[in-house]
Amino acid sequence: MTTEPNGPTDQYSIETKDLCLWYGDFQALIQVRVRIRQGIITSLIGPSGCGKTTLLRCFNRVNERYGNVTTTGDVRVLGKNIYDEDVSLPELRKAVGMVFQRPNPLPISIYENVAFQLKVHAEPGSLSKRERDQAVESALKEVLLWDAVKDSLHKKATGLQLEEQQKLCIARLLPLKPQVILMDEPCSALDARGTEAIEDLMSVLRERYTIVIVTHNMAQARRASDECIYMLLGRIVEHGPTLDVFLRPNHKDTENYVEGRYG
Amino acid sequence: MNWRLLGERAIETLIRVCGVSAIVFVFGIFVFVLKEGWEFLTHRLDLVQFFTSIEWRPTSPNDPTYGALALLAGTAAVTAVAMAIAVPFGLGTAVFVSEFCRPRTKEALKIVIELLAAIPSVVWGFIGITLMNVTVIAVTGAPVGVNVLNSGVILALMSMPIIVSIGEDALKAVPDHFREAAESLGATRWQVVYKVLFPAAKNGLLAAVLLGVGRAVGETMAVLMATGHSIRMVFDSEPPVLHVLSPARTLTATIAAELGEAPKGSDHYQALFVIGLLLFAITFAINLAADLIVRGIRKE
Ligand SMILES: Nc1ncnc2c1ncn2[C@@H]1O[C@H](COP(=O)(O)OP(=O)(O)OP(=O)(O)O)[C@@H](O)[C@H]1O
Ligand SMILES: [Mg+2]
Repeated sequence: MTTEPNGPTDQYSIETKDLCLWYGDFQALIQVRVRIRQGIITSLIGPSGCGKTTLLRCFNRVNERYGNVTTTGDVRVLGKNIYDEDVSLPELRKAVGMVFQRPNPLPISIYENVAFQLKVHAEPGSLSKRERDQAVESALKEVLLWDAVKDSLHKKATGLQLEEQQKLCIARLLPLKPQVILMDEPCSALDARGTEAIEDLMSVLRERYTIVIVTHNMAQARRASDECIYMLLGRIVEHGPTLDVFLRPNHKDTENYVEGRYG
Repeated sequence: MNWRLLGERAIETLIRVCGVSAIVFVFGIFVFVLKEGWEFLTHRLDLVQFFTSIEWRPTSPNDPTYGALALLAGTAAVTAVAMAIAVPFGLGTAVFVSEFCRPRTKEALKIVIELLAAIPSVVWGFIGITLMNVTVIAVTGAPVGVNVLNSGVILALMSMPIIVSIGEDALKAVPDHFREAAESLGATRWQVVYKVLFPAAKNGLLAAVLLGVGRAVGETMAVLMATGHSIRMVFDSEPPVLHVLSPARTLTATIAAELGEAPKGSDHYQALFVIGLLLFAITFAINLAADLIVRGIRKE
């Protein structure tokens, strides 16, 4: 697999085929077929309850934490069906990182949060303390948090401000260089300034990572994403370059939604 | 002033009295214990002897001695053995119940654990004298089966329920989004437990352990029966060893066994109350520590 550092490629990071998902008897995803390009930001929009979070959570199988979930169909991440028997969940989640709606740093130190994946995934002793320190520092620098926390690395991460917490939640994905970063309304718990900071961060991370972001904020989807997917009632209605989806939607539903007539 | 207001006042006062009465009772018991042993404690008890001698001979006609070191060591020894068993098993069970088992198993396990807690301590003592006694002899080849090991095992079983239930509460109180976050970072469930839940629930788990210790220190009837109740120094200092197969005697058992025979007001009687004070101090310190830990005052 070739990773081109610059710009969108013709490669797809995520491809789903006939993806269906049930919570108990309730079908939340219906025959979802979608291909998400590598190296760009794709936004996922749609009215509340249409299945955005559900779809996002399929991409790293974190949905399966709930006991009553049944999934059928294919989800290929970098060409490999992640619902195959032989897939290792830790490996999958190393490749596909997730940022949640509410910032959820672990109740350990800032340093330990960022080093968490290194410790979980690396062979014990394979990484020296210095290498780990460096990885932590560069991850925190990448999310522009280093200057704010460099003197308090060993303080509890849960004591940070929400915006800083969310940046930390992004930073802790970076040391192992995931292929894909999934973000579920990452700004919904933040104020305008925090939102701007996260959006800036996304544009910094863009191109090196494939980013999929769920948002309710039309302006954000428009500003920050290259492609846009519109979902309704568990189905994909429209998927295309963001501007096309907003300015020249193929479906009446999409048009109504993006113009704020419902949602 | 109308009746409703008066009623409110009355209820408020009643509740306040209930609340304050707990303090009054604890304080009252302390004062009572102190008073019963006071005269002896302040006038005739040699504190150095009390804490350093292993000669507990309160009924000796010409030369009574009041060395409580062996009793203190006995309490420490059975508690240590009990905790060596109950802490790993209790916390392990708490983790299993709260994180790994299915709801059905969980219900069953909790019922069993509650039953364990409901067994009267004299029944535990019975088990110690009979079943455990035979088992200890068969397994270790010790000449007597009622000893530190025996009572340690019994006490472990007796303090498990509190460790499990407080420990489980502590784990359950960790918000689920921490587990979700850790799992989404690729941690296995076991890694979630020791890298996230243990640090997050650290205070509650420590409190669980301390309450288990308090339970073990304060237990009387079962240890009276299962330790062999003979005054021996179970610790050696050179080299430092704990003789788990030696019979022992604890502070609590001493009081229970001797208080009935000691004439009221005698030195012996008062000495037993001094032991009571010591127990009071130990359990108070343990509970205080648990309390402070729960409040997270001891943050590192
Ligand atoms: N754990 C669950 N158990 C049962 N039903 C669920 C569960 N999670 C979500 N659902 C249902 O599945 C549907 C899709 O939910 P989902 O959370 O994916 O929507 P969403 O598009 O993310 O909504 P929102 O914009 O409000 O976040 C909803 O109808 C919801 O009620
Ligand atoms: Mg959602």
